[in-house]
Amino acid sequence: MDFLNAIVLLTNYIIVPALTYGSQLALGAIGVTIIYGVLRFANFAYGDLMAFATMVVILTTWYLQSLGITLGFLPTALLALPIGIIATIILSLFFDKTVFKYYRDKKSEPVILIVVSIGVMFILNAIVRIIIGPGDVIFMDGARFIMKAGEFKKMTGLNEGIALKSTQVITFITTIITCAILFYFLNKTKTGKSMRAYSNNEDLALLSGIDPTKIIIYTWVIVSILATIAGSLYGLDKSFKPLSYWNNLLPIFAATIVGGIGNPLGAFYGGFVIAFTEIGLTYAYKKFLVYLLPEQLEPSSLVQYISTDYKFAISFAILVVVLIYRPNGIFKGKVI
Amino acid sequence: MRNNLDIKLAFGVMALLLVMIGFLQSWGVALAILNLCLISAVMSMGVNIQWGYSGLINFGVMGFLAIGGFATIIVSVPPVTEAWSAGGFGIILSGLILFILIAGIFYVHRKWQSKYKNYLLFFLVISVIPIMKLVAGPSISAIESIDAATSGFLGGFDLPIILSWFVGAFFAAIIAFVIGKVCLGLRSDYLAISTLLISGIVVSYVKHEEWLTRGVKNVTGLKRPAPFEVDLQNSDWFVNFIEYLFKGRLSKITDFEEKVILLNDLVMTSSSIFVKLCFSLIFSIVVITLLVFSEKALRSPWGRMMRAIRDNEDAAKAMGKDVVKRHLHIFMIGSAIIGFSGAMLVTYDGLFTPASYQPLRYTFIIWVMVLLGGTGNNYGAIIGAFVVWFIWIESAPFALFVINTLMSGIDNTNQLKMHLIDSIPYFRYLMMGLGLLVVMRYRPKGLLPEKIIKN
Repeated sequence: MDFLNAIVLLTNYIIVPALTYGSQLALGAIGVTIIYGVLRFANFAYGDLMAFATMVVILTTWYLQSLGITLGFLPTALLALPIGIIATIILSLFFDKTVFKYYRDKKSEPVILIVVSIGVMFILNAIVRIIIGPGDVIFMDGARFIMKAGEFKKMTGLNEGIALKSTQVITFITTIITCAILFYFLNKTKTGKSMRAYSNNEDLALLSGIDPTKIIIYTWVIVSILATIAGSLYGLDKSFKPLSYWNNLLPIFAATIVGGIGNPLGAFYGGFVIAFTEIGLTYAYKKFLVYLLPEQLEPSSLVQYISTDYKFAISFAILVVVLIYRPNGIFKGKVI
Repeated sequence: MRNNLDIKLAFGVMALLLVMIGFLQSWGVALAILNLCLISAVMSMGVNIQWGYSGLINFGVMGFLAIGGFATIIVSVPPVTEAWSAGGFGIILSGLILFILIAGIFYVHRKWQSKYKNYLLFFLVISVIPIMKLVAGPSISAIESIDAATSGFLGGFDLPIILSWFVGAFFAAIIAFVIGKVCLGLRSDYLAISTLLISGIVVSYVKHEEWLTRGVKNVTGLKRPAPFEVDLQNSDWFVNFIEYLFKGRLSKITDFEEKVILLNDLVMTSSSIFVKLCFSLIFSIVVITLLVFSEKALRSPWGRMMRAIRDNEDAAKAMGKDVVKRHLHIFMIGSAIIGFSGAMLVTYDGLFTPASYQPLRYTFIIWVMVLLGGTGNNYGAIIGAFVVWFIWIESAPFALFVINTLMSGIDNTNQLKMHLIDSIPYFRYLMMGLGLLVVMRYRPKGLLPEKIIKN
């Protein structure tokens, strides 16, 4: 019984939150990695692109709610996703045409493109904060919980319970579905294959008749879809705050590099690696050990590796370790 | 010739704009812009040395600024004796243990020859945190519990605050050494991301170690190299000086009471201006010294070598230059200058607020300054700092003006208008972004491009 309690405890406090957080990171990291693979630069504006997409989703959600349209126990924001995706695609293509294309045609160094993406980041950041304000926005509606801790306890008769927020389940399921479709697209369809070819060797791809403008448009479309989904899921689960998207960009970068930059599958795993280490290292294992160990051995301290204040610092530290030992990432990068 | 003209023109416009603000708004605002511009000029010269001289991309500016700010606390705040007696021994002991651990790690890294070396190293590094927690934990909580509302930290050494600028530079150089050892071998975009992330670690340390820095509780009331306004207002010589300065205006008023009120008013405003002028003087000395040295360095054989490495790394290697070592040195020098300016900034503000260190504000704005002004050109870095600060401070009144003129027919209670007026502070980010994009597109070398030096 104690053993089961311990397992349930870990599931509730580590596995479920880490799977949710990992899914959010994974979706973001795949977007960053695809931009890197095809367009060959690290896009610092990605966090604010996510914020912009979420903002459109929120505004649409409010509009739908004012019309009285809801999705029942599901959040209305899911209905607003397509609008958000379309707006984000238009925005991305606009910035590509006005900003990034010029440097791509000039074959500028990646550093210049990073700097330019910072300019775009400033603009997007300002736009989002001007339109929706800098504060917290909670746009989650529908059922909050799928299963409350108390219900689980009653059902199983254990001391510990598992609380499942509906946003957590939605996040995880949506991520899996999105990634499945994405990987099918990249590996099985002709367009996906040509994208991979272009990423792998631009000259050879051009030689075999692949149209680069088409590839770039597809890339921005995919990236915008991913940014909208990732941003909205994050906003649903936590709350929407423009600056927190920018802060979230840093662990997303960490996940991208840990998984091997330019490698979507790596980015997917990288997100979960970062999430599980972050949450696993900041969790206080005292209660867990109390269940498992005999009474004499029970710990008196919290048995926490590092305080939760340093949650973000952990992902950065993982990144540094990976950069020292495997600069190409855990999964070899550079090819999508 | 043309370049010299450009520089003179740019600085002339800068002075003119400041004087204009002085007459139109107030001299206080003009001096505030000047001071912040001088501090930022130091920052951007630091970045310029790394990026312009040798092409190293450092997105960790925020971290080095925070280290500089932290140095002001350590140097200038008086020590909290109760905290030292409560937990000082534990802290010193844990410091010693940390030193031994690091020495051990270095020993294993250098001397050990074994298949399991990397695993052992990894284990050692990982074990540092729990060990430190075990040793220092009780002392830390003892220190933090002493008078938590007003103090709750160890304090510093009660030395003059100017000293902290150099200490800040030294600390920053040490951290830069560690970061450089780890990251400088990486490709440029990896270097950008990893320095950004490491500066995040540094800031979260400064923010959360309350026994050292008071963390989010902030340290206020720091010392100053310039006099305080209140002291000036109460000192006879200053009042007499102001009376002498405004003799003409004062003599026109016959009523005694009115005269006293006006004099008080004048003393109030001019004391703050006087303090700002003192700061401007000190900062100008720093900027000019730094400018002279970095221009000299740029023209020296060392500067030539740096440009050679930047422009063609392989050729420089072939000439027998140790590129990795040179990069490490320049990374340390640039970071030291940034640390120096971080300490200057905290000194000028008079308070240390770790929570205010945001990459947007303290890393990327500095980068905008460098890119706008002209990479590789020190005068450009100063002009960039000025332009950015000018836009930063003046964009709020400007945006207000634009909104008011465009929507002049609309009632002041209009929702859209009120919302726009509320979000005025964010227009400056819009301006920054647009400015950066325009400069990168149409003047990629900046307002004052790098001079080609022919030796």
